[in-house]
Amino acid sequence: MDIDTLVEPALTGQLDFDAPVEPRRLEVASDVVTPFVIELSHFSGPLDLLLSLIRDEQVDIYDIPIARIAEQFLARIHVMQLDQAADYLEMAARLLRIKAQMLLPRNELDDAWEDPRAELVRRLLEYQQMREVVDVLERLGEERRGRFARAYVPQQIAPPTAPLALSLSELLAAIDRVLRVAREPIIHDVIARPLDVDGAIATVRAVLALRATACWRDVCPPTSQPWQVLSALLALLELARRGELRLAQLAPFASVLISRESSSQAA
Amino acid sequence: MNPLARLLEAALFASARPIPLDELASLDPDASPAALQSALDELRETYDTAGHGVELVEVGGGWQILTRAEYTEAIERAQLAARPHRLSGASLETLAIIAYRQPIGRAEIEEIRGVAVGSVLKSLLERGLIDVVGRAEGIGRPLLYGTTPIFLEHFALRHLEELPRGDELAIALRSTTPTEPAPEAAPTS
Repeated sequence: MDIDTLVEPALTGQLDFDAPVEPRRLEVASDVVTPFVIELSHFSGPLDLLLSLIRDEQVDIYDIPIARIAEQFLARIHVMQLDQAADYLEMAARLLRIKAQMLLPRNELDDAWEDPRAELVRRLLEYQQMREVVDVLERLGEERRGRFARAYVPQQIAPPTAPLALSLSELLAAIDRVLRVAREPIIHDVIARPLDVDGAIATVRAVLALRATACWRDVCPPTSQPWQVLSALLALLELARRGELRLAQLAPFASVLISRESSSQAA
Repeated sequence: MNPLARLLEAALFASARPIPLDELASLDPDASPAALQSALDELRETYDTAGHGVELVEVGGGWQILTRAEYTEAIERAQLAARPHRLSGASLETLAIIAYRQPIGRAEIEEIRGVAVGSVLKSLLERGLIDVVGRAEGIGRPLLYGTTPIFLEHFALRHLEELPRGDELAIALRSTTPTEPAPEAAPTS
């Protein structure tokens, strides 16, 4: 889609979008209840809008009154209903950040202090220069448009494509090469194993009935299957939650100490 | 006109696109480069002085016969030929950046323009005004774009150097722009 066109065609009957943008006209636009209208024929981006604000306000580009310009930028994109367009929002956020940086107290003698507006000024100048080039290109293009070249374009006569020379033995050799490289696929059988948390809880309780403290290996022998490890872990967490035992690890990667909670010693 | 100039005229008349110098040379293998150049000069002179409706122009590294600007309106009114479409502002801005900074990647163009340029790049590519000229080093190895001979043709440029140099513009190029705003610059108001 050409971004120069209006997104909401229903509005074209009411508003002349080629007319110069005047504040009064834009207020009319904001009164019309529409979900999302983009009018881009006047500004080709946030930098363009910013430059026009700077021109309108007649301020020095090297010494932009950032608070005033930021406020007007926000007001303008709101009136133009551009406050949902990402490019404009990004610039608004950038202006507010510069405004905040300008408010920070600074040491006058600090040589390292860089004007937070410097990057913005650089971009504005670069953009302005590009607009100048656009004017040059526009003039050149217009001059060329005013002269016709010969319109006759000879048809390219494409030579017929040569028939394919293929033999069955070549095809079989290709298949052979592919099959030689291809490995046997590794197929895993996935067996669903339900966790046995209740069983593990019983095991933990049995261990703690004999001893006041235990360690991980006591409730989960080294030969355990993954599902048993998981069951034991969940059982420990569950019992800790219920307050039947306490878990402690004295150092990172040290083994976990499982101790009976004193209140449940009745078990 | 000498026979070589007449031969060149016939070839240029037959072609819809500008003919590069080396292709013109292949029309007559016996002609020296100097003879070719003087024949082109003679042809251009003839068109300019003998009162012709067409002129010979050098564009995009080649030569082309074009109608004179004063007859455009009449030709268009009679619907004998249609003027090419004008480029949109977004396309021109993107093209300007590419012309001056090529080879250049999309991210850098977007940084200068302050808006996304994906669809604009696509339409410029489709029109043949720009082309992918390589890939940048770095993350993702982004595509780099540059202008094509059709770009020169579109703006009737002989070569890119015909565009005003950066330091000839009112605003200086990035390299010569002070990165720090001048602290002594007095506010105008």
